[in-house]
Amino acid sequence: MTLTLILEQIFNGLQAGVTLFLVAAGLTLILGIMDFVFLAHGAQVMIGAYAAAAITQATGNFFIGLGLAIPITFASGYLLELLIIRHLYRRDHMEQVLATFGLILFFNEAIRVGFGPAALYSDLPPALSGFVEILPDTPYPAYRLGVIAVGLICALAIHLFVSKTRIGAMVRAGANNPEMTAALGINIKILFRLIFATGACLAGIAGMMLGPLTSVQPGMGEPLLILSLVVIIIGGIGSVRGAFIAAIIVGLVDTLGRVFLPSILRLFFEQATADGAGPALASMLVYILMAVVLIFRPTGLFPAKG
Amino acid sequence: MRKLVTICAVTAALTAMPAIADTVKIGYMTTLSGGAGIIGKQMQNAVNLAMQHKGGKLGGMDAEIIYADDQRKPDIAKQLANRLLKSDRVDIVAGVIWSNLLMAIHKPVTRAGNLLISSNAGPSPIAGDQCHENFFSMSWQNDQTPEAMGKHMQDAGIKSVYLMAPNYQAGKDMLAGVKRYYKGNVVGEVYTKLGQSDFQAELSALRAAKPETTMIFQPGGMGINFVKQWKQAGMDQVSKLYTVFSVDGVSLPALKDSALGILGTQTWSPDLDNPINKKFVADYKAQFGGYPSFYAAQAYDTILAIDYAITKSGSKDTAKMRAALASGDIPTTRGNLKMNTNHFPIQNIYLRETVKDADGVVTTKVIGTVFNNHADSYAVNCKF
Repeated sequence: MTLTLILEQIFNGLQAGVTLFLVAAGLTLILGIMDFVFLAHGAQVMIGAYAAAAITQATGNFFIGLGLAIPITFASGYLLELLIIRHLYRRDHMEQVLATFGLILFFNEAIRVGFGPAALYSDLPPALSGFVEILPDTPYPAYRLGVIAVGLICALAIHLFVSKTRIGAMVRAGANNPEMTAALGINIKILFRLIFATGACLAGIAGMMLGPLTSVQPGMGEPLLILSLVVIIIGGIGSVRGAFIAAIIVGLVDTLGRVFLPSILRLFFEQATADGAGPALASMLVYILMAVVLIFRPTGLFPAKG
Repeated sequence: MRKLVTICAVTAALTAMPAIADTVKIGYMTTLSGGAGIIGKQMQNAVNLAMQHKGGKLGGMDAEIIYADDQRKPDIAKQLANRLLKSDRVDIVAGVIWSNLLMAIHKPVTRAGNLLISSNAGPSPIAGDQCHENFFSMSWQNDQTPEAMGKHMQDAGIKSVYLMAPNYQAGKDMLAGVKRYYKGNVVGEVYTKLGQSDFQAELSALRAAKPETTMIFQPGGMGINFVKQWKQAGMDQVSKLYTVFSVDGVSLPALKDSALGILGTQTWSPDLDNPINKKFVADYKAQFGGYPSFYAAQAYDTILAIDYAITKSGSKDTAKMRAALASGDIPTTRGNLKMNTNHFPIQNIYLRETVKDADGVVTTKVIGTVFNNHADSYAVNCKF
């Protein structure tokens, strides 16, 4: 367990964290501001990945794929809100869960009909398939550094948008007290639609980034959805800043736990016991973290509502 | 009066039974929805192709296939098995991709007096002390394929290996199989999360361990993820990659060139040189576009086995078909297969390399035979 290995794993954790943040950022606003339980957010990840992979395949250029997939995911979020979601705001949470769970099934099946059940081929863009020496003798994939950069840029952009712009102020006001915000004459309908579409677009970007790394297949977004719900609970529902910090923490805990926990356990237990318990415990780690946060800070680390 | 009518109707129905008795009903269970749906689809394609090749009849009887989608859930599999047996009244239950699902339906089907034929899963308990005479495998026992990998690595004089598999029963079976024949240095044994999509953290740790070879079992989408990330991380310069059940006809279309040169062991390959296999692969490619996977080949073999059993015994009676299969020389895409005493096949296991075929399509090619007529190691514990 050398220092370079630990550093490399921290980079891996960061990369997992920023990807999670992209998914969680939209979801925390949808949950917090719109008070809407939206389970089909993973589908947006899948739509982004499929759009980017399909366009990249057709044009042969990853960056054209990326450039066209971003407006596509924004449009898909916008249309989804317009056609379906806005009719569900006044329903209770259980009905929202049922309806959006139905949407998960719908989107997975639609992708299966359109693209077939097999995973789609997608690979790294040649320009980013090399390595960068983050330390002497420690090559790190350039693409993954790119993912970290894109995630951080998105986080900064969202931060500036929310804290410096007029619409951002409306979003913050909406998170704090939606009724009062509406009463002040702010068009909450349009605001909701834009938040929803932006959230979909961010999740789509996560999918586009993941496409070349993982298999692009129906249902690929669901594992991310579960983790991003954990992120939202830890960070505080409705708080973008909380989502960012919680996503980085979850990314790091999950990655470092997975790699180092089995070898740490081996110091205290027999090899067979450690090999059995290590991976099981490591996969529980983020949920244990969530439980601890819930005990001491039931509203999360950075609650949005005062 | 009413009672009399009912009795008459029941009698009529019962006496009518022999007239329809020459239809054999097969319940074929596989995973058609969810992330693994592609595997089930390939198996369904292969079963349909086999029925087409046999003109819709098995052993001269009209045959009906009833597909059941287990959704990869053991509880659903159990419900479906009950439905197939009690309401559809099938003669044979076949298919099943996953070991845990096969374990769930093994007792209900075999104890009901029906044949159960696995097209894929081969968990160790039902090959050993929990075996049942009504069960047959048309695939392999889980340990056999990794055993061949271990034997190959041992024979090749490989000094060190790093093992990686998902943290569930089949993953542990696979690595145990490798270690049964490989006696060199195991520098790492890592169990990943089932369904994991990003392996970068494990790859970083692997790079630091510098093993001569790495042996993985990562089926389905996990295999696509792992191999992609392996190449992207430039791991080829660090270690040589060996695989079992990770690089196949399901994952290759998504991997393409990045899988070239990867070695694996398997009981079947699309280039196996026998007439049944050649016809199967050629017709599969023509009808469905693209190579079949081993899952598809085993599904095809399952139908061939049922055809063989009925032809040889002249009946769809469980005991007669069982006797035919147990003593038989079943013609399959892997040549003629003989059954071991626990009703698992005794078969060759090949070393396969990922290559490009004449048309530039990525596929696997046999480059050597690791085991001839290999029997699994659990048969000694099986007493019917």
